[in-house]
Amino acid sequence: MFEILLALLIIIGAIFTLIGSFGLFKLPDFFMRLHGPTKATTLGVGAILIASALYFSFEKNTLSLHELLITLFLFITAPVSAHLMAKAAMHIKVKQLKKTQNRIE
Amino acid sequence: MSIKKILPHPILSLFLWGIWLLLNNDFSAGHIVLGFILAWIIPMFTSSFWPEKVCLKHPVTLLKFLGIVLWDILVANVTVAKLILGKTDHLQPGFLTIDLDIKHPLGISFLANTISLTPGTVSCDLSSDRKQLLVHALHIEDAAETIQEIKQRYEHPLMEVFPTC
Repeated sequence: MFEILLALLIIIGAIFTLIGSFGLFKLPDFFMRLHGPTKATTLGVGAILIASALYFSFEKNTLSLHELLITLFLFITAPVSAHLMAKAAMHIKVKQLKKTQNRIE
Repeated sequence: MSIKKILPHPILSLFLWGIWLLLNNDFSAGHIVLGFILAWIIPMFTSSFWPEKVCLKHPVTLLKFLGIVLWDILVANVTVAKLILGKTDHLQPGFLTIDLDIKHPLGISFLANTISLTPGTVSCDLSSDRKQLLVHALHIEDAAETIQEIKQRYEHPLMEVFPTC
């Protein structure tokens, strides 16, 4: 039962990470591509970390919580790097999709 | 000596303590004491890095806010996954400008981070007077409504938690 739960969490994590990377490939312009890695991957990594924390806490009988730190660092760094990339992209005037509303010139 | 001199940044100290314990993944007495000493000394030596005064009001609102954000991150992941897997031709991307009411710099960075982590929006730029935040949205149905929702859902609780002081 426990193993099924862990397997499910890892599979969910892997699927979301895959979708996030797939977004990088599929979305048409730079600003839209930013959305893939900032969001789809947080849940992907999150699910895998929860699985890791559960496995090491219950199987090895020692409380393992340092996975929480990875989540914390991820939540701090993912938006900041996205913000910096967006700012840099606006500065060098990366092409935006024609239909973008309120395009920045 | 006043409490301010002994413990210049109580919230930072608390965080450092927690992070030390998590980094070691060991909650024994030795690490609790060592972590406490580090969490006490490090803010004292680095106090020139933290010029702004941070006052946290309404911790319950902060917890509620964090709960809402975690839930929204879950929803955001599913929404963005659907948008990515669906037909991308129908997407209506666009830029939104949000007029900020929140003044505290830490509050603004919290808001910008939250926007980046939640449904279909990434914060791109903050105007130099810290009054407007430029946000890119993956799919906009109603711009005014999206802005209203961000202000209502994230900015108002953050304004309560980080008042100007």
